[in-house]
Amino acid sequence: MEIRKKIVKERGEEGGGISIDLISTERLEELGEGKIRFILDQVKKGKVLVLEKGLNATEELELIRVTMTEIDQDSFIGVETPGFTGNMSRRTFFQRLLRRSPPPRMMVVGPAHLLKTIKKDGRTIEALILTKEELSSDELPSGLGEEGAIIDGQEEE
Amino acid sequence: MGILDRLFKGFRSLFRKKQLSIGIYGPPNAGKTTLANRITRDWTGKPMGKTSEIPHETRRAKERKEVIIKAAGSRINFNIIDTPGIATKIDFHNFVEEFGMEEEKARERAKQATEGVIEAIKWLDNVDGVLLVMDSAMDPFNQVNVTLIGNLEARKLPTIIVANKFDLKEASPATIKEAFPQHPTIPISALKGYGMDNLYKAMVKYFR
Repeated sequence: MEIRKKIVKERGEEGGGISIDLISTERLEELGEGKIRFILDQVKKGKVLVLEKGLNATEELELIRVTMTEIDQDSFIGVETPGFTGNMSRRTFFQRLLRRSPPPRMMVVGPAHLLKTIKKDGRTIEALILTKEELSSDELPSGLGEEGAIIDGQEEE
Repeated sequence: MGILDRLFKGFRSLFRKKQLSIGIYGPPNAGKTTLANRITRDWTGKPMGKTSEIPHETRRAKERKEVIIKAAGSRINFNIIDTPGIATKIDFHNFVEEFGMEEEKARERAKQATEGVIEAIKWLDNVDGVLLVMDSAMDPFNQVNVTLIGNLEARKLPTIIVANKFDLKEASPATIKEAFPQHPTIPISALKGYGMDNLYKAMVKYFR
């Protein structure tokens, strides 16, 4: 609750909304090893990122590790990272042979106090982003609000 | 198990280590320490750590050496490492609001929990295999499970998925098995000891 108020205060009325950035695969590839730093910097500014191609498992664990080093209970409590994982049972012959997971696909990364995964399975993700009104509401309990923006993502057949 | 893995495993067995370090991993409150306690009680007579319904009770990794497990005609000497739960976010408010903890203690717990996650990740460099503990009553597709599975595969670490709490009414170990069919899944109740014989057989089979 305090974190939400702080962000609204820092951004003022105009900046109280939530910024959603769509990041292309090309942009992420350009960043190379700076990918994690870029993502975390944006998320710490209160942005929600939609990555066209998600992080691989090694990068995700690195994101978790770096996130843990930067958690500050008054301003940043971590990340929420709903993403498609691929259907393990639909791996190719070579992926099965080498015991590889399917390649990463679309992923959403956001600050944990703003983004909440509601429902997720191998094919559908439902996430909720808390809105400016909710950010500034004193009545809102920690966790979900009632009128957040809902993002639905579905795996293509 | 893939052909390359079998060849690799056969080659590795020529240079088998005397002790195998097995990390117990998973998200908070999956039952990692309860499982560690069950294993070490069964084979050494002593538990490893304190358990609690409050998440992040284990905030430092603990290691118990010389845990000799005998099953299916084999005998293997394990080091069991109970690791802190891995999470993508840690909010002290949860400890205050859900469990009535004092703010100062909650903040300290949250700080220690972040350090615990980092320590658990570091331990991945030093284990020979992993027991990945999932709560059978929870969604197996949570990001921690998925990230860990991907990492363990990238590191080629033998992994057994432990579908814990399978005795709960809402539990569905089959959902876990369906989500991650490439790894053996063993349903157990670490708290009650159900299914442990199957787990020990799987450990000597997949980790040796």
